[in-house]
This record gives sequence, structure tokens and C-alpha cells, in this order.
Amino acid sequence: MEHVLQIIGIEQYIYLSILLFCIGVFGILYRRNAIVMFMSIEIMLNAANLLLVAFSNYHEDANGQVFVFFTMAVAAAEVAIGLAILVSIYRNIGSIDIDKLKNLKG
Amino acid sequence: MDTTLLTIALLLPLAGFLINTFFGKSLGKTVVGIVSSSTIAIAFIITAIQFVALQNGAEPTKHVWFDWIRIMDYTIDFGFYYDQLSILWLLFVTGIGTLIHIYSTSYMHDDDNFHKFFSYLNLFVFFMMVLVTGSNLLMMFIGWEGVGLCSYLLIGFWYQNQDYNDAAKKAFIMNRVGDLGFLIGTFVLLHIFGTIDFVEIRNVLEFENLGTSVAILSVATLGLFIGATGKSAQLPLFTWLPDAMAGPTPVSALIHAATMVTAGIFLITRMNFIFDLTPNVQFLIAVVGALTALVAASIALVQNDIKKVLAFSTVSQLGLMFMALGFGAYEVAVFHVITHAFFKACLFLGSGSVIHAIGGEQDMRHMGGLKNTMKITYITFLVSSLAISGIPPLSGFFSKDEILLTAFHENKILWIAGSFASILTAFYMFRLVFLTFFNKFRGTKEQEDHLHESPAAITFPLIVLAILAVVGGLISIPGSSWLNEYLAPVISNNALAHPHELGTTEYILMGVAVVGALIGIGIAYAKYIKNKHVPVNDNNVPGLQKLLVEKYYIDDIYQFLIVQPLNYLGGFFKRNIEALIGGLISGLGFVAGELSYQAKKSQNGNIGLYLFVFVIGVSAIMYYLFIAN
Repeated sequence: MEHVLQIIGIEQYIYLSILLFCIGVFGILYRRNAIVMFMSIEIMLNAANLLLVAFSNYHEDANGQVFVFFTMAVAAAEVAIGLAILVSIYRNIGSIDIDKLKNLKG
Repeated sequence: MDTTLLTIALLLPLAGFLINTFFGKSLGKTVVGIVSSSTIAIAFIITAIQFVALQNGAEPTKHVWFDWIRIMDYTIDFGFYYDQLSILWLLFVTGIGTLIHIYSTSYMHDDDNFHKFFSYLNLFVFFMMVLVTGSNLLMMFIGWEGVGLCSYLLIGFWYQNQDYNDAAKKAFIMNRVGDLGFLIGTFVLLHIFGTIDFVEIRNVLEFENLGTSVAILSVATLGLFIGATGKSAQLPLFTWLPDAMAGPTPVSALIHAATMVTAGIFLITRMNFIFDLTPNVQFLIAVVGALTALVAASIALVQNDIKKVLAFSTVSQLGLMFMALGFGAYEVAVFHVITHAFFKACLFLGSGSVIHAIGGEQDMRHMGGLKNTMKITYITFLVSSLAISGIPPLSGFFSKDEILLTAFHENKILWIAGSFASILTAFYMFRLVFLTFFNKFRGTKEQEDHLHESPAAITFPLIVLAILAVVGGLISIPGSSWLNEYLAPVISNNALAHPHELGTTEYILMGVAVVGALIGIGIAYAKYIKNKHVPVNDNNVPGLQKLLVEKYYIDDIYQFLIVQPLNYLGGFFKRNIEALIGGLISGLGFVAGELSYQAKKSQNGNIGLYLFVFVIGVSAIMYYLFIAN
């Protein structure tokens, strides 16, 4: 079977992953909606996952893919907690605009 | 010697101090008085038993508790040495201490801090005992500092009065000056001999030829002598003693007349074998002693405070003792220490009885005519005054006369100074007696109605001391001196330990001394009884007297030469250096505070900003780690 990296080179994966990561970063920086920021974080995570899988294949080493499974599991847990926090924030202040979260300011 | 018994005697006053300090307030005045007096009394009895044992041939004993300091070749014992000299001193310290404790139970009875007074007094006796029994210079120094501390505490006993506090501080600080000399002397001796144990030093001197130069030994003896001038109130460090009269009168009697101030004489007598090797220092001691005797006696002529007169008299008598020490006549000095302790304690306690009766008045101009109302006080006071003036056959005559005889044989000029001081002594003592006890009472009507003889607890010690002042001279009458034989083992220079041959010269000298004393008394009689003269206010005295009233301006000179420059220097540092350092420190604090205040503003709670900074930061780290290198 022809190796998948022979069809699409490793560079392309790196470019895509950088692109995804940057989208995540700018999403975090420019959006004020906590859910959208969450999604941006997930995009960044997935950018990293993509890179891990690509290099795992490139080095013909399964370790990278194992890491990805872990990352996905942790990300799922994180999302569960994060969304729960967001729900309770919304219940308390009626909004999930992060500019309004200033109660702990010193 | 029974060291167990003596250890008990030593620890009893300490026990009394602890009991009075921790339980004194709840025990009540009667119990406190009994506890403190009986501890000293038992110590006295034990000492007396040991004294008798020593007379019957018991050997002087060194009792080492443990090795105190051991550095390289040097070993310093924590030990006590019970020999003729220390037992003698213990005997009169505890003996007079007992009497004064009894006296104080009545004298201090109305004081709120009764228990505190007695705990200090017990502590003093303890430290005094350590001072005289310590087996080396460092042990002696413990006692030396301890009695200084107690002196400080007791001078400032009525601490609400700022003048008294100042007097206490003055006494302590002036003593510190002397203590420096003591320490230097100790260190030099340790360097020369490798030991500071009295007996060991003496053995080294007797059996080994060290080849030490007199110059180095002189440094040591001079240092010790300076220590002695501080504690025993000699020129130039004597000004603290008159001020020390701020303390309660029993304290003046015990500490500042009978016992503590004789510590300097004890020190020099203890180290006599070294002082004998340094004749220059000995001569200096004699000169300083004679000068002190003269200066203090002349100041005493014009004092109007009854206790101040006695204080200067003490300084003057101590000067005579130092003169004897300077001539190498240690046993004569010790003799005068003992007789002086008797009559001066009696005089101080008598003055306390007078002060007590007039309700705290100390100015002799407001006294007079007390001999009718206070018979016992008057008689004991008169006896002691005769004794200190040197009228035969009272104790003071023998001891003072022996000092003057020695002086006559050694140095005529100092003999004249000493004799003149004795004549002055007779004059000012009888000026005191006549002003206090004769003529009409010059105080207020209220005081006059209140006049009374003091209670038995006060008159009993007076009577005992007066009897001792009469018969005390018997321990060393010319020709067959018990004291000289007793002290012979501790005084290495035996040439002078033998009593003087009594020739025509000696009898003439005695006659001169007695006539001199009678002249002094006569002048006082003419002035204060016949002419009923009463001293005028201090500000109105003419010419030379003014100099005496102002105590030769010595205090003012010290004030000008030492205190003011120090204050000025202190003020300079406070105003300038302190301001500089303080400014630097608070400036740094201000800058740090201001910086953090500004930095605080960036934490404005804006999550977007935090994230932005976070991303920038991570990017910067990435750039630095992977791209810049």
C-alpha cells in the first residue's frame, strides 16, 4: 500500500496545523464569548493532535497516536468541566461575556 | 574547713533572694523580714563557727565546684577559697548585714516594695560573699559586678524620682569605667602567669623565676587599681558615691559605707603579692589615697545634707585606707576597714534614725536639739563620731593612728595630708553632731511634735554597732596585734606585718593626732555651740567655701569634658547620620512601594488583556528558545 505521506507531504500537515493553531489563537484573542473561546481552544488542541498523528506516521512510531488518544480523552473531560462552569456562570450573571467576569479583581 | 557548711552559708542569701522575689508579695512583710534577716544571720553563725575553727588550726581550703572555662592551656575553676582574709570579710559582711537587715525591717516598714527591698538586699549579700570567697579573679568579678548591680538597683529603689534614677545610672556607669581596668588587669595577669587563681599566682611568684618585667606587671596592677578606684570611690571616680545616698539609708550603711565600697581594698589586699612587686603603682595608690582623703574631707566641711556629709566622710576614710595599701601596710588597711565598717554603719543608721524621726528631712539646718528626744540615737552617734575622729581609746583611734604612723615612716608629705584630713574629719563630724543634736530644734512645729525615739529594731543595731565601735580597736592594739598575726598567712610581705615598735616618736605622733582631733572638735564647738552658727544657703556662701560647696566643680568638669561631648556626638549622629541612613532605607521602601502600585494597575481584571499578554509571552519564549538561537 502506498504510504499516505507520499501522496501529501509532511509539510502540508505542518502548514495546516499552524493555520489551525493561529485560527485558535486569534479566536481566543478577538472573541469575547466564552463558548467561542472554548471552541478556539479545541481547535488549537486539534492542531497539536494533527501534528502528532502526522509525525507518528512519518516516523512510523505508534507512540504519537497513543498520545493523541490521551489528549482527546483529557480534552473531553476538560470540555465537560468547562461547559459546566460556563453554565453556572451564566446562571449567576446571566451572560457568558468574559469582559463581565471581573469579580475577583484585586 | 567545712566546705559543706560554708556552701550552705553562701547559698542561703541567694535562697532568701529567690523566696522574696517570687513569693515576697504573698508572704507578707513580717515573714519577708524574718526570712531575709534569718538567712543572713544563719550565714553569719556558720561563718563565725568556721572562723573559730580557723583560729584553732583548721587549714584554709579551696572548694572547686567544677571547671568553669577550659581553653587550650588555661583552666579557670568555678571555685571558692576560704582562708583568713575571706573568712574575716565574710564575718563582718554577714554580721553587719544581719544588723542592717533587722534595722531595715523597721525602717522600710511603710514601703510598698518592702519585699523587693529585702530581695535586693539578700542578693547583695550573696554577691558580696561571692566576691570575697571567689578563688580567682574571674569569680571575684562575678561578685564585683553583682554587688554593682545590687547597688544600682538599691540606689534607684525609689524609682519614681528621676534624680534617684540618674544617681543609680551614674553609679553604675562610673563603676563600669573601673571595671574596664579590672578586666585589663585580669587579662594581663592571665597572659603573664597562665592562671588567675590567687594561690596559684602566689605559688608561681614564690617558686619560679618568671623574669617578667616590672613594666608589664605594673600594667596589671594599675588596671586592678583603677578597678578598685571605681568600686571604692577614689579620685578620679569618686563622684558617684555622694549621689548614691539617694538610696534608702540602710543601703547607704550596708553597701555604700561598710561593705561594697571596701571591695577595692579587699582586691588589693588579695593581690598584695603582686602589688609589692610594683612600687611605682604602690606609690601612686598612696598619693591617690591621700589626695582623696583630703579632697573628700574638705568637701564634707560644707555639706548640709546629713547623708552627704557621711558619704564624703566615707570617701575620705577610704582614701586613708588606700594610703595604707600604697605603703604596703595591708593589714593596717584591713584594720581600718573593719573599724570603719562598725562606726560608719552606726553613723549611717543613726542618721537614718534621725531622718525617720523628722519625717524624711535630711537637711541639718532644719534639725537641732535632738539629743533630748532621741537619747539612744544621740549616744550611739556621739560614740561613733568620737571613734571616727580618732579619740582614744575608741576603735577609730587605733586604726587611723596606725595608718598615720605608717605614713610618717614612709612619706612625710602624705603623712601631713593624712593628718590634716583627720583633723578635718573631727571638725565636720562634730559640726554634724552639734547641728543635729544640740541647740534648739529648727524644723517646723509639726515635725517637732512628731519627734520620737526610734523603735527597738532600729536602736538595737545602733547599740551593737556602737559597742563594736568602742571595742573594735582591741583586735589590733599596738604592740600585740591579733589581726597582724591572723592575716600573716595571706600577706606575703611580712616585714610590715609586725607591729611597730612603740618609741618616743610614736607616742608623740599619737599625741599630735589626738590633739589635732581635739582642735577640730574644739573649733566645731566654738562655731556651732557657742556662736550658734547655722550654715547659710548654698548660693550665698563666699569665696573658697563656694569651691567646696560645688565639690571642686568635679562633676561640672566631667559634665563638660565627657558627658557634653558625648551628648553632642550622639546628637550629631542622630541628626545627620541617622537621617542619612533612615532616608536611604525609607527611600528604597518608597520606590518599591510606588513600583508595585503602578504594576498593580495592569491587573485590571480584563481577561482579554491577560490572554493577549499570555500569548505574547509564550510567543516570546518560543522565539527565544527555537528561533533566536
